[in-house]
Amino acid sequence: MPLSWILLILAVIGTIAFLMARSRAIGTVDGDARRLHSLPIYYGLNGALMALTPALGLLVIWLLVQPILLDRSILADLPAGAVPDGGTAALVMSDVRRVADGIDSGISSGSFTRDELRDLSVEDVGGLLASEGTALGSALTGEVLTAATSYWQARSSLSWIMTIAVIGLALIGGAWAVSRSRGEFRARNVVERGVLILMIAAASIAILTTLGIVLSMLFETANFFRQYSWTEFFFSTTWSPSFSGRGGASQLGILPLLWGTLYISTIALIVAVPIGLFAAIYLSEYAGKKFRSVAKPLIEILAGIPTIVYGLFALITVGPFLRDAFASPLGLGNSASSVMTAGLVMGIMLIPFVSSLSDDIINAVPQAMRDGSLGLGATKSETIRQVIVPAALPGIVGAVLLAASRAIGETMIVVLGAGAAARLDLNPFEAMTTVTVKIVSQLTGDTDFASPETLVAFALGLTLFVITLGLNVLALFIVRKYREQYE
Amino acid sequence: MTDATANTAPTGAGQGSLLIKDSRTAKRNGAEGRFKMYGLIAVCIGIAMLILLLTSILTSGLSAFRQTTIQIEVTLPEEKLDKSGVRDPEVMAKVTTFGYAPLLRDGLEATIAANGIETELSAKDAAELISDESVAQLRNRVLRNPDLIGQTVSVEVMASGRIDGFYKGRVTYASAERDTNISPAQLQLAEALEDKGLLNTSFNWLFLTAPDASDTRPEAAGLGVAILGSLYMMLIVLVLALPIGVAASIYLEEFAPQNRWTDLVEVNISNLAAVPSIVFGILGLAIFINFAGLPQSAPIVGGLVLTLMTLPTIIIATRAALKSVPPSIRDAALGLGASRMQSVFHHVLPLAMPGILTGTILGLAQALGETAPLLLIGMVAFVREYPEAPWEGGLFDPATALPVQVFNWTQRSDPAFVERASGAIIVLLVFLLLMNLTAIFLRRRFERRW
Repeated sequence: MPLSWILLILAVIGTIAFLMARSRAIGTVDGDARRLHSLPIYYGLNGALMALTPALGLLVIWLLVQPILLDRSILADLPAGAVPDGGTAALVMSDVRRVADGIDSGISSGSFTRDELRDLSVEDVGGLLASEGTALGSALTGEVLTAATSYWQARSSLSWIMTIAVIGLALIGGAWAVSRSRGEFRARNVVERGVLILMIAAASIAILTTLGIVLSMLFETANFFRQYSWTEFFFSTTWSPSFSGRGGASQLGILPLLWGTLYISTIALIVAVPIGLFAAIYLSEYAGKKFRSVAKPLIEILAGIPTIVYGLFALITVGPFLRDAFASPLGLGNSASSVMTAGLVMGIMLIPFVSSLSDDIINAVPQAMRDGSLGLGATKSETIRQVIVPAALPGIVGAVLLAASRAIGETMIVVLGAGAAARLDLNPFEAMTTVTVKIVSQLTGDTDFASPETLVAFALGLTLFVITLGLNVLALFIVRKYREQYE
Repeated sequence: MTDATANTAPTGAGQGSLLIKDSRTAKRNGAEGRFKMYGLIAVCIGIAMLILLLTSILTSGLSAFRQTTIQIEVTLPEEKLDKSGVRDPEVMAKVTTFGYAPLLRDGLEATIAANGIETELSAKDAAELISDESVAQLRNRVLRNPDLIGQTVSVEVMASGRIDGFYKGRVTYASAERDTNISPAQLQLAEALEDKGLLNTSFNWLFLTAPDASDTRPEAAGLGVAILGSLYMMLIVLVLALPIGVAASIYLEEFAPQNRWTDLVEVNISNLAAVPSIVFGILGLAIFINFAGLPQSAPIVGGLVLTLMTLPTIIIATRAALKSVPPSIRDAALGLGASRMQSVFHHVLPLAMPGILTGTILGLAQALGETAPLLLIGMVAFVREYPEAPWEGGLFDPATALPVQVFNWTQRSDPAFVERASGAIIVLLVFLLLMNLTAIFLRRRFERRW
C-alpha cells in the first residue's frame, strides 16, 4: 500500500479518536463540561496524540530499518559465485534492488504476472525488464534473479505487515485513549507532558544532525585511511587521483588543496575586511539617517544573493575581465578562472557579512565612551580609531574569524571561479583549486564507496568541518570572553 | 587623544585667534575628512558591486526570455504519418522524429520558394535554421491532434541556437565564417525571412515551462523541471522545518531548565548555523542515500538536507521573536490560571507569529538559493521528465533545482547556455525578491513593539 494511503488512513483514525474521546468524556459527565477535569478539547487531543504518535514513530523507524535488515538477509543468502570478479557485493545488491523494482513495476503495469515470471527463463526476464525500462549494471544472472525475486517477495509481504502493524497500533492507541476518557481523567496534564516530550525531541534534532555529520564522516574517513596512508594524505604535495584503476596510482595529498583554499580566502578577507569595516564605521558613526536607511539595506542585499549568482558573476564577468586587463598583458597566464577571480568575488560576498557584524558590535560600544572622548576634544575619527575600535576589537576579530570560516567553506564561487587544477603556486592569476571543489568533483556523478578516490572526499569534508568548527568556536569564545567588559 | 591634550594646553603665547586654524588643527581636520571619505568610498564600493553584479546578470540573461521563431507552412501527408489511416495515436507513434524531419525541411523550402526568396543553400542546409527540437514539437502536436494529417498547417518553429544568437548579438557574420554550425549564407537567409515577416522574436514561455534539453539544443532548454523540483523541496522544508523549528525554539526559550544538556543543544545549534553547506551535502549522501537507501536526485532527499540546513536559521529567528514578547503577557496569563503551556500557545506564540514567519521565509529563501549540497546528492542529473504530483510519489522522482540547473548550464560548452544560466538566475532572483518582499511586508504590517 503506498505511503500516502497509510498517512491518509492515520489521519482519519486520528480525527475519529479525537471526536470519540471528546464526546465520551462529555458523556461521562452528562454533558456538563464544568464537571470535567480539563477542557473538552484536551480529551480529544489526548485521543489524537495517542493514536498518531506511536503509529507515526513506528512507521518512520520501520522505513529506516527495513531496507537495512532486508539487504543484510538477502546478501547473506547470496551464493558465493554471485559476485563477479572485480565487482563488489554492493553493486550486485543495487542490481538486485533494480530487478526487484522492475518486477514490481512490470506486475503493476500488467506486462507479466507472478506465475509467468516463475516459468520464464533468465534471458526472457532480462529482456522483459529491459523493455520496461530497467537498466542493469551487468547482464542478468540466475543468482541475481533468484535474489531479486525473494527480495521482491519479502519486501511486498513486509510492506503489508508494516501497514497492518502501523494501523493496528494507531487503533490500539486511539481505543486506549478513548477508554480512559472519563470526567476525572487529567487530560490536560497528560497532553501537556506529551507535547513537552515532542518539543524536546524536536530540540534534539540539532544534536542528532551534528552526530550524523560527525559519525558519517568519521566512519568513511576511517575506511579511507584503511586503504590510503594518512601521512601521504596530510603531507604529500601532489593531488592526482586516477580515474581508471582503483587506488594504486592515485596520489591524494591535501596540501595543494589547503594552499588554494587559504590563498583564496586570504584574498577574500583582504578585500572584505577593510571595505566591510569602513562601511560599518561610516554607516554607524557618520551617515545621516536618510543615507543609512538606503545604503544599509542595499549592502545587505549582497548577503541575500545566492552564492551560485556570485559564481556565475566570477565566470562570465570578473574572470574574463581580469584575464584581459591584467593577467595576459602582464604575462602571468591566460586562464579566466584564477585565485584572484575567486578571491575578489568571494570578498564581495563577504562585505555585508563583515559590515553587519561589525555594525552590531560598534553599536554595542557604550555611548558614554564616545561622549567622553569627544568631550576631551578628540575629533570623530580620533574617537573611532582610538576609543571605539579598540573597545570593539574582540568583536571585530570574532567577525573576521567567522568571515574566514565562511570563506573556507564556500563552494560555488570556487567551483565556478577558481578552476580545478591542484597546484602549489604563488601566481594569483593561475587557476588553483580548493578543498570544497575537490569534494564536489569526487562525489558528483557515479560514486563507488569502495574506492579511495570517492572516500577521500569524506576525509576532505572532515578536515573542512574541523577547521571551520575550530574557527567558529574560537570566534564565539573571543566574543563571549571580552564582550562582558562593558556590560 | 593623549597627545591632543598634552600639546595644546601649555603654550599660551603661541595661541592665535579661534577663527584662524593653526597647522595642527588643519592636519587633524584633514585626517578627519580623509577618514570619513574612506568610509564613504567603502559604502560606495559595496553598492557599486551590487549594481555591477545585477547589471552583469541582467544584460547577459534577459535575452533568454526572448526566442526567435520562424513561421512555415508544413504539409502533413497521410501516407507518411499514418499509413493505416485510422488516426490512432498509438499506431501513429511508430513514426519517429526521423519521419517528421523531412516534412519540416520541405515546408521550409516551400515557404522560401513561395515568398520569392533566393538562396544558394540546399534544402538540407536551409533546414539547419530550424531547431532540432521543433521536429519533436511538431510530432507531439500531430499525435495530440491526429485530424491535422492531410492538411497544410502553419507552424511556428523555434530557430536554431545560432540563428537565435544572431538576433541577440552573440553571432555575427564574422563569427559565422569560423563556425562549423552556421554559415553567413544561412544568416542571409534568416535576414531575408525576417524581411518577409516570417522570422520573429517573441516572449519565450517555453524557457519557464519546458524541461532541460541536450547540449546541442540550447534554444530548447527550459526551467520547467527545475522550478518544479525547487518548489517540491521548498514544500518539504516548510512542512518539516517550520513545526520542528518552532517546537524546538519554544522548548529552549520557555521550558528548558538551565543545565548542561540545554547548553549542549544551544551550542550545537549556533555551530550548525555556521557549518559549510557542502558538509550537509556529505551528510545527505552518507545518511539519506547510502544508509537509508533513498533514491538519488529526488526532491525528498534535497528537501531533507535543506531542512536540516534551514533549521538553525528558523530556530534563531523564532527564539528572537519569542524573546521579544514581554514577560508581562506570560505573567498575566499565568495569573488568570492558565497553565504554562496554555500561556505559551494561546498568548506568546500568536504574538510572536509575525517574527517567526519572517524568519521562516528568510530561511526558505536561503534554502532556495543553496546549490552545493544538492550537487552531492545527485541533483545535477540530466532530467527531462517532469516529476509526478507529490501525492503520486513525485517527491521520489528525479528532478533538478533552480540553482543546480544554473550550475549545470555553466558546465556546457555552447555559449548560448551562458545566456540560459543567467536567465535562470533572473528567475531565481525574482523568486527570492518576492519572498523577501513578503517577509518585509509581514514585518511592517504585523510586528508589534512594546
